[in-house]
Amino acid sequence: MKQLLSFVQKEFHHILRDKTTMMILLLMPIIQIILFGFAITTEVKNTQVAVLAPTNDEATQRITDKINASAYFDVVDRIHNTNEILPIFRDAKAKLVVVFEDHFAEKLRHTGTAHIQLIADATDPNAATSFSFYANNIIMDYQKELMAQKTNPYQIRPEIKMLYNPQMLGAFNFVPGVLGMIMILICAMMTSISIVREKEKGTMEILLVSPMKPIYIILSKITPYFVLSCVNFATIMLLSVYVLKVPIAGSFLSLVAVSLLYIFVSLSLGLLVSTLTDSQQAAMLISGMGLMIPVMLLSGMIFPIENMPVPLQWVSNIIPAKWYISAVKTIMIKGLGISAVLKEVSVLILMSLVLIGISLKKFKIRLE
Amino acid sequence: MSNTIQHNTNKVITAEHLTKKFGHFTAVDDISFEVERGEIFGFLGANGAGKTTAMRMLCGLSIPTSGKGFVAGYDIGSQTELVKRNIGYMSQKFSLYDDLKVWENIELFGGIYGMNDAEIKVKTDELMKVLNFENERDKRVGSLPLGFKQKLAFSVSIFHSPQVVFLDEPTGGVDPITRRQFWELIYDATSKGITVFVTTHYMDEAEYCNRVSIMVDGKIEALDSPKNLKTQFNATSMEEVFQQLARKSTRKAD
Repeated sequence: MKQLLSFVQKEFHHILRDKTTMMILLLMPIIQIILFGFAITTEVKNTQVAVLAPTNDEATQRITDKINASAYFDVVDRIHNTNEILPIFRDAKAKLVVVFEDHFAEKLRHTGTAHIQLIADATDPNAATSFSFYANNIIMDYQKELMAQKTNPYQIRPEIKMLYNPQMLGAFNFVPGVLGMIMILICAMMTSISIVREKEKGTMEILLVSPMKPIYIILSKITPYFVLSCVNFATIMLLSVYVLKVPIAGSFLSLVAVSLLYIFVSLSLGLLVSTLTDSQQAAMLISGMGLMIPVMLLSGMIFPIENMPVPLQWVSNIIPAKWYISAVKTIMIKGLGISAVLKEVSVLILMSLVLIGISLKKFKIRLE
Repeated sequence: MSNTIQHNTNKVITAEHLTKKFGHFTAVDDISFEVERGEIFGFLGANGAGKTTAMRMLCGLSIPTSGKGFVAGYDIGSQTELVKRNIGYMSQKFSLYDDLKVWENIELFGGIYGMNDAEIKVKTDELMKVLNFENERDKRVGSLPLGFKQKLAFSVSIFHSPQVVFLDEPTGGVDPITRRQFWELIYDATSKGITVFVTTHYMDEAEYCNRVSIMVDGKIEALDSPKNLKTQFNATSMEEVFQQLARKSTRKAD
C-alpha cells in the first residue's frame, strides 16, 4: 500500500509541476464549451438580406418588413437592378437576396399569382438551406394573412413541435459531444503519454527491476487523470447548466455512472496505446489522429451518423464516444433513466473489458 | 520465507549455463560464473556482446531460455519477486525523475522498496551529509549537473541496502575526475557488504574491479583479476587484453 501511495503522489507531482499542460487540461473544456456555444454555431441568426423590388408597393413593403422583423434576418440593402445582385454576393454584403417581380402587388391582386425569387449564397449549404427555409416560411405567412382576409374555408395549418429541445438549441447536441471528446483526450492521450514517457526516459526499467507490481504502476498512472477527468466533467456540467442553460433533464446519478464507465473505457484505451508505442510523439499521434478525429467526425457529435454512407456507419459503432454521446443525450436531454440506455451501457462495458484485457496482457509481455 | 533456496551464502551471484535465445539468435550462449559477497565484478564486452541481456536475466527482467541462475540466494527463474527485493539497479540512461526534488526521488524509491518513513528520513539525512548535498536537497534533479545526478542515482539504487547492485555503464559521459569520485562511492558500498556487478566501456574502470569477465559474441572468453588477465594475455593494460579478445568477434555491433 505504501508502494502505491508513494507512486500516486509522484504522479500528482508530475502533473502539478507541469503548469502549462495542467492549465491546458483544465481550460480546454471551458474554451471548447465557449467555442461551440457561442462561436461555432449552426443556428442561423441575423442573416443579411438585400431586397430587390422594382415596384415598391404595399405587398413588397409588408413582406420586407416581416423579414426584417424576424430574428433570423436583417435587411441591409435595397437594390433596384438585377445587375446589382452578383456584386452583393461577391462583396459578401448579404447571404440572401429577395427578388420581387415587377408590379408585384398589382399582379397578386389581379391574377392571384405573383413571383418572388430567393437567391441564397450556398457556400455553406446547411446554413443556406436553413435560412431560405425560414424566408419561405415568412412569405407563406404573408400569404395566409391574405387568405384570411378572403375568408377561404379550407385552411391547413401544420403545427410542428420540437420535442426535448423546443428552441432547437445547438448546445443540446454539442454538450454531450464535448464531454465525449474531452474525456477521450485526457484519459487516453495523457495516460498513454505519461506511461510512454517513463519508457523513453529509462525510468520504466528501474520500476520493472523494483518489486513494484505492474498493476500498481498502471493504477497509479491512471489515478491522477481519473481525478482530472472528474474535475472536467464537473466544469462542463456547471457551464452547460448555468451558462448555456442546458438543463439535466434526467437523473444526475445515472449520468455520472455512465460517465465513469466511459472514463474507464478511455483509460483502457490509453493503456493500450501506451503498450503499442515507444515514444511520446507516437503516442500523441496515435491518440490525436486515431482517437480525436474519429471522435469528432464519426461519433455524431458534429455530423449526424444517419447521413453517413453505410460502411462509415459500421465504423462508427467501434467508436466508444458514439455510444457515450448517445447515452448522455438520452439521459441529459430526453430525461430518461438508465433503463433507456442499457444497450449503450452494455456496449461500453464490453469495450472496456476487451480493451483492458488486451492491454494488461500486452503490458505483461513487455516485461519479459 | 522458509522455503527459499539458500544456494550458497558466500556466492551472491551464480550463473549456471545461462542461455538466452531470441528466435535463431543466441544473445547469451551458455555462460557460467560466480560472484562472491562484497566483490566488485566487472562485466565487459563490446556493444552487442550480450552483456545487457545477461544482466537483465540476473535482475529477473528476462526469463532464461535454459540454464539456471541464483541472485542473493534466490532462483532467477522462479523467485523473481524475491530477487527484485534484494537487488539494486542503475541503468545506463540516467534514470531519476527530473521534475522531482532530490529528497522526493529518494523518498519515492524508498517507498517502492517498502521502507518506512522514519527509516527513509534518517537515511536521507545521512546520505545528504555523505554526498555533501545538503544545499541541493530541495532542488529538482533536472537542474543538477550530470556528475551529481549519477552519484545520486547510484546512492538511490543502494538506498534500501540490497545485497547486490547492478550498474549498467554507470559513468557514461562524465570526466575522469567525476568518474574517480563515483568509484569511491562504489568502494564505500562494498565496505558495507554490498556486492557490485558493473558493466563498463572504460578500461581504466576495469582496473578498479576485483575480477573482470570479458564477453565476446555471447560467451565469456576470459574471467580473472585484472592483474592475472594482463599476465595471461601478455599485455600491459586491460585495454590491450580487451582488444585481443574483441578482435575475435564475428558479430556486428548493434
